[in-house]
Amino acid sequence: MAVSSIAGVSDVAAANRPMRSRSPYPGWFFLPAAIIYSVLFLAPTFASLYFSLTRWTLFDSTFIGLDNFVQFFREPFLVQGLVNTVIYAVVTSSLKVVIGMLLAVMLTSQIMARGYLRSVIFFPVLVSTVGVGITFTVLMHPTAGAINQGLALIGIKGPGWLVDPKLALYSVALVDVWKGVGLATVIYIAGLVAIPRDYYEAARIDGATPLQNFFYVTLPLCRPATATVITLSFIGGLRTFDLIWAMTKGGPGFASDTVASVIYKQYQAGFYGLSTAGNVVLFILIAVLVVPLTMFLNRKQGHE
Amino acid sequence: MTKTKLIALMGASTLGLMLSASAVSAQQSGNLTFLIDNGPQSVAVAEAWVAAYTEQNPDVTIDIEVRPGGGEGDNIVKTRLATGAMADVFFYNSGSLFQAINPTQNLLPVTNEPWQAGIQESFKSVVSAGGEVYGTPFAPAMGGGIFYNRPIYEELGLEIPKTWDEFMANNEKIKAAGKTAVIQTYGETWTSQLFVLADFFNVLAAEPDFAEKFTANEAKFATSPAALRGFEKLQEVYEAGYLNADFGAATYPDGLRMVATGEGAHYPMLTFGIGAIAETLPDNLQDVGFFAQPGDSAESNGLTTWMPDSIYIAKTTANPDLAKAFVGFIGSPEGCDIRNEAVGATGPYMIEGCTLPDDVPPALADMLPYFQEGGQNAPALEFLSPVKGPALEQITVEVGSGIRPAADGAALYDEDVKKQAQQLGLAGW
Repeated sequence: MAVSSIAGVSDVAAANRPMRSRSPYPGWFFLPAAIIYSVLFLAPTFASLYFSLTRWTLFDSTFIGLDNFVQFFREPFLVQGLVNTVIYAVVTSSLKVVIGMLLAVMLTSQIMARGYLRSVIFFPVLVSTVGVGITFTVLMHPTAGAINQGLALIGIKGPGWLVDPKLALYSVALVDVWKGVGLATVIYIAGLVAIPRDYYEAARIDGATPLQNFFYVTLPLCRPATATVITLSFIGGLRTFDLIWAMTKGGPGFASDTVASVIYKQYQAGFYGLSTAGNVVLFILIAVLVVPLTMFLNRKQGHE
Repeated sequence: MTKTKLIALMGASTLGLMLSASAVSAQQSGNLTFLIDNGPQSVAVAEAWVAAYTEQNPDVTIDIEVRPGGGEGDNIVKTRLATGAMADVFFYNSGSLFQAINPTQNLLPVTNEPWQAGIQESFKSVVSAGGEVYGTPFAPAMGGGIFYNRPIYEELGLEIPKTWDEFMANNEKIKAAGKTAVIQTYGETWTSQLFVLADFFNVLAAEPDFAEKFTANEAKFATSPAALRGFEKLQEVYEAGYLNADFGAATYPDGLRMVATGEGAHYPMLTFGIGAIAETLPDNLQDVGFFAQPGDSAESNGLTTWMPDSIYIAKTTANPDLAKAFVGFIGSPEGCDIRNEAVGATGPYMIEGCTLPDDVPPALADMLPYFQEGGQNAPALEFLSPVKGPALEQITVEVGSGIRPAADGAALYDEDVKKQAQQLGLAGW
C-alpha cells in the first residue's frame, strides 16, 4: 500500500513537471532555511573535516595530514572500543525488538489496567538518561547496592555489575534496554493496531493456533515497525555515550569503552584534532553499518 | 546560559568602568568574576576571601562562579579561554596542566607585581612560561603519600614503615587482624594514580635525571626499573588481597571516611584530604596520620610533593588593576590567615610571612618534617615534565584491579604520553 501511494505521488509529479517553474513561491523563500542550515550544520561539518587533519589546541592548529587517523587507529583501546560498540548496539537493539514486541502484544490484548501499564512501560523513556545512569550505579554497587543486597537475602552472591570488566558493558546495555524499551513498545503497538482484523479472522477460519497467529500473521505484518525499531535502536546503540559515561566512564579500565567514549576522552585530554578525527571515523562507521541495514530491511518490506 | 552570563558580565564591567573612572580614593571599586572549582573547600575559601576583600573595599563586588573539577573542568577552562569568555580571575592547576592552556596568549603576567616578591621560587617555576610568572598560590603545598588510621596502628603495635617491605609486613598484620589493610577507591578513577605518582621521590632517588630524560623521550616507565616499581606496588597490594571489598566502586569521600573511622588502615592520597576530613568528620581528624610512600631503602625515605593550584588573571579582563589587587590580597599573609580560619591548615604555605596555626591536625604534623631542615622531598613528575598521559587513571585502575599486569600497564602508559608530547610540540617525539 505504501509503495503504491509513493508511485502515485511520482506520477502526479511527472504530470505536473511543466508547472514547476511557475511555483507560487520564489526561490529565495528557501534562503533563511538554507542560511541557517549552512551556518549551523554544513559549515561545522566541513570545518571538522579540516580540523581532523590538524593538531589543534583550540588556540591554534597545525596541519598534519592523516596523522590523527593513524594515531586514532593505533589507540590501544580503540579496537576494543569498536568491538564493544558493535556488541552494545546488537545486544540493545535485539533485546528491544524481542521485549518490545512481546510487551506490545501483551498491551494490545485485553488485559487489566492496560492504559496504566502502557504508561508505566513508557515512563523510563521520559526520564533523563544521566539520572537513570546515576540511579542504577547506586543500585548496582557491588556491596551496598540494592540489587546485590536483594540477591544476598535469597542466598546468592551478586556479581560486581559495573566493576567486573567482563560484565560492565552488558550491565550498561541492560539499563539501556530498560530505559529504551518503552519507545520500541509504543512503535510496535502502533504497528500492531494497524494490522487489519481480516487477517486474524481468516487465520481463525483456517484453524490457526494463537502461536501460529503470532508467527504467521503478526510477525510478518509488523515488519515496518520492526525495521523502524531496529534502525533507531541500532543507530542509538552505535553512538551511545551518555549512559555509559554516567555509569562507568568506560571503566573499569577500558572494559566498557565505546567509540564515542574514546572520542570524548581524547577531547577531554585536549586532543581536539584527534577527537575530531574520531568523530569523522564514527560518522563513517555508522554510515557503513546502517545504510546497508536499512536498505536490507526496506527491500524485505517491499517484497511483501 | 553562558551567553546570558557574558552579557551580564559585559554590563557589569561597563558599570565597573564608570564607577572606577569617578573614584578618586586609593580604595578599589568595580566588579570582578572569580571562577573556582566546586569542591566544598574551594568554595568555602573563595567565599571567605571575597567576604573579607569586599568588606575592606565596599565599592567592589565579586561574583563567584563555580565549575566542576577534573576533566570536565579542564574543558570549561580551555573553552572559555579560547572564546574570550573567561572570568576575570580564575583557579586552575599549576605544572603540566598549566602549560596546556597557552599562558603567554591567554593570561596576564604578574611577574613584577609587588606580592610576587613574597612567593617562593619553587612555586613560581611551575606557573611560569616564556620568562613571565602568571600564577599566585591558591592553597598550601601538598604531599602525596599514605594516610593511616592511628588507632589501628596503636592497637596492633605497628611502626611507621620506612621501606616498602615494612609497609607490606604491616599490611599482613592488619589483614591477619581481620581488617582492611589498604583502601582503594576506583569509583573515582583519579584516586587510583597515587601509588604510581607518589612513588616519584623514590624514582628520583634511584635515577636523578629521570624527568629530563622522560621529557626528551629517552626514559620510559616500562624500561626504567625504578619507575616501574610504582605500577608493581599497585599490583602487589591487589594481589595480596589487602583491598576493601568495594574498591571498584568506592569513591574519594568513601576512602577518607574509611581511613578516618578505622574501616581501613591505609589510604594512599594527597594531603589536601586533611581539609576534607576536617570538614566532614571533624571528630575523627585526630585519628588520621600520614607518611610518605616508602621506597626500597630506609635511607632514602622522602615525600613526593605537589605544588598548590594557582590563581590566574585572564588577559581578557576588563578590570586588570582590580583583578591584580584582589589576587595580591589572596597572595598575602592576610589571605593565608583567612584560609586558615575558613578551612583549617592543610600544608606549608608557599608565601613568605604565612604561618600555620599552633594546633595542626596530626596528619599535617606528620607531613611538615619532610619539608623542614633535614627532611627529604622531591616534586612530583608533573612539575618537572610537561608530559602526562591522559589515560593514566584508567591504566592504574586496570593494574590495581588485576585486569592488566604492571609491566603491560607501564608500557601502555608510555604509549599514552606520546600523544601529549606531540600535542605540546616537544622535540624528540
